Amino acid sequence: MNLFLLSWKYIKDKPLNTFLNVLLMGLGIAIILVLLILNSQLEENLSKNKRGIDLVVGAKGSPLQLILANVYHIDFPTGNIKLDEAKALTRNRQVKSAIPLALGDNYQGFRIVGTNHDYVNLYEATLSEGALWKYNLECTIGPNVAMQLGLKVGDVFFGAHGLSDTDLDHDEASYKVVGILEPSNTALDNLILTNIESIWQVHDHSAEEGEETEHSSEPVLGSAYETGLPEGGADTEITAMLIQFRSAMGAVTMPRMINSNTNMQAASPAFETQRLFSLMGIGVNMIKSFAYIIIVIAGLSIFISLYNALKDRKYDLAIMRSLGASKSKLFVHVIFEGIIITTIGGVLGFVLGHGLVEFLTGLYEKSDAIGISGMVLVKGEFYVLLISVGVGVLASILPAFSAYRTDISKVLAQE
Amino acid sequence: MITIENLNFGYSEKRILSISHMEIKEKQHLMILGKSGSGKTTLLHILGGLLKPAEGKVLIDDTDLYQLSGTAMDKYRGQNIGLVFQKAHLISALTVKDNLLLAQYFSGIPQDKGRIKEVLDTLNLGEKLNSKVRQLSQGEQQRVTIARALLNKPRVLLADEPTASLDDDNANSVIQLLKEQAENNNASLIIATHDQRVKAVFDLQLNLNEQ
Repeated sequence: MNLFLLSWKYIKDKPLNTFLNVLLMGLGIAIILVLLILNSQLEENLSKNKRGIDLVVGAKGSPLQLILANVYHIDFPTGNIKLDEAKALTRNRQVKSAIPLALGDNYQGFRIVGTNHDYVNLYEATLSEGALWKYNLECTIGPNVAMQLGLKVGDVFFGAHGLSDTDLDHDEASYKVVGILEPSNTALDNLILTNIESIWQVHDHSAEEGEETEHSSEPVLGSAYETGLPEGGADTEITAMLIQFRSAMGAVTMPRMINSNTNMQAASPAFETQRLFSLMGIGVNMIKSFAYIIIVIAGLSIFISLYNALKDRKYDLAIMRSLGASKSKLFVHVIFEGIIITTIGGVLGFVLGHGLVEFLTGLYEKSDAIGISGMVLVKGEFYVLLISVGVGVLASILPAFSAYRTDISKVLAQE
Repeated sequence: MITIENLNFGYSEKRILSISHMEIKEKQHLMILGKSGSGKTTLLHILGGLLKPAEGKVLIDDTDLYQLSGTAMDKYRGQNIGLVFQKAHLISALTVKDNLLLAQYFSGIPQDKGRIKEVLDTLNLGEKLNSKVRQLSQGEQQRVTIARALLNKPRVLLADEPTASLDDDNANSVIQLLKEQAENNNASLIIATHDQRVKAVFDLQLNLNEQ
């Protein structure tokens, strides 16, 4: 027998009461953990994906949408921009590098992105198999694409028009997988990368039938597969450009220049994601306060049940004193009881929280694209478990103090 | 063995009892008689180290009880004084065995399941070792408290109205049991009671009604 065991046996003696308190505590902790896990992974992944991109230039529309579509690949693009205009912009001396993107097709829900090798280098991604694309209609796929669709190097598939997998197939030209990327925990993991000309070729309906034989028999080397913008006619379009500035001056002058003097729009990923977070923050904070209220109620409920139990237990406590227990032992005995309940609650909340995130990510297919999983430990979880121990101490400190002050003789005389 | 000197203590409002000198020798037993409200429980608590008297000394062997510090007093009480109450105050969340283990744990002596079994066997409670306290009858619960009081081989066994809620037969057998057990353990038995039925058994009597 020891104090811990003694407290534990008291807890076991009131299973329903304990269950209620543990459940309340667990729910509060679980909600906080879910928010913590989602928020920190979202933040980490968002900042990882926007690194090295100072400005995104695309068609006019919502700047947030422009960023979500072209940096994170979760929203639809705002439209297209003329290749010529984009090229003119790359000649500006503030621009250090510009990566072109052409969106519009998908294969089984995974986006096909026309770009160049700079896009892969931006995220320092490496190949796990095969090579990067060079010829038109060759493609290099992200690891999630390969795993979920079971694609291997050498496989051939038809892209579909649009960005969701219900759209019509382009059955006139097929893509060939030439390489698979190593996981980089960035947007690349879920993309199918190819030359911009491949996208043009697939969409080039005016040049159908006649030219098609030429495409399939003789592979054409991309005009700018490594870097820069491809060569195209006056009507050709791309979706957006990811721009890096030569100096901080660019951040001051370029956006205003683009937004007022061209038909294009410039948006800063840093600014837009911050705006997104402050918008989400309102909701997150509300749910968080709700969770803290639950935890406070759990603490209060533990306090009330301990305090009520003390009335019935004053004889027990006096007997313990008469058996030789010191005042401080009784104090610790009651504190232990609070801590045990909240710690079990904390552990339950930990399991529930992680389980819930994992369950939700399983239900929601986009979660893979933003890289969220329930099976990771995030910074700050340790503090949440510390909170649960703290709540236990707080809830039991008054009852413990009253146990400490038990007047043995008085209690035992009131038979 | 137990010496009381110049003891003054107040109980209920304004009433004061004083005992100038009293000695209980080895193997002697004392009965404190008195109506309810005459201060016998208070005196018993003072002898048991549960309540500090206003004035005076209580010596058990050579230990001056109220010179001990709080924690030392708790430990001394756990090891040398066995207490039996009118109601069987057992810890109902625990089994019989755990109740007894608790007495060993709190008094700071090694936890010895063999000793627990031995004491329970002498009180015919051997089979109840793993029963929850709630499953026992009143009489069995009373005997468990006696087992608990005897467990640490105390020097003094104090009983407060142990027979108050029992019929004649049971009252006598409990008194016999207490006496027998005290003698087997070389402890002095002190009983506080207003029960006239149990008068005859004791060598020493202190009648608080006469004071």
